[in-house]
Amino acid sequence: MEGLEALLRQAFPDAPTVDVVDRTGGGDHFHVTVVSERFAGLSLVEQHKLVYAALAGPLADGTIHELRITTKAGV
Amino acid sequence: MSDIGVHVRQVVEGEQVALFMKGTPQMIMCGNSQRALDALRRAGAPVTTVDILPDPAIRQELSELSGWPTIPQVFVKGELIGGADITEELETSGELERKLEEALGPDYREHREEKVVSLA
Repeated sequence: MEGLEALLRQAFPDAPTVDVVDRTGGGDHFHVTVVSERFAGLSLVEQHKLVYAALAGPLADGTIHELRITTKAGV
Repeated sequence: MSDIGVHVRQVVEGEQVALFMKGTPQMIMCGNSQRALDALRRAGAPVTTVDILPDPAIRQELSELSGWPTIPQVFVKGELIGGADITEELETSGELERKLEEALGPDYREHREEKVVSLA
């Protein structure tokens, strides 16, 4: 969980909010929330793709079994 | 492109609303696929579903085409709408119905049907 938050902070260094919740307590179903200036003017699809890109490693190696994403443009 | 890739593209581009999911509406194998289907149903969307589980190539070709790594994936007239989270978010805000009206016409709810397409 800390690992995911670190990856998101690295990808969105300006983000006032980076939140990672382990939805089931099992360490593989996560809900991440990111608020970032980088999302301004982007569609939700583009916003979520940036989050997927930041978490490409844990998505590919199976660390993340299920991911829910909430994004907001903001400072 | 493989045959499966061609078929994936045909569904994405040819169906009014395409939902690539794990399982079928009769036997859904994943909570997120259920959430996406439920949101589409609430919006009254016609839905063509494709089960990606029978052949890993389906998911591979799909993600290559869409640039979206996870399942489910929802398309309206070839445009990627998103996964379960975005589809739910757009349905809640009313944006999904607006999109459907724009893409399919204001009376799209009257022609609602669900189809299952097998690509395997």
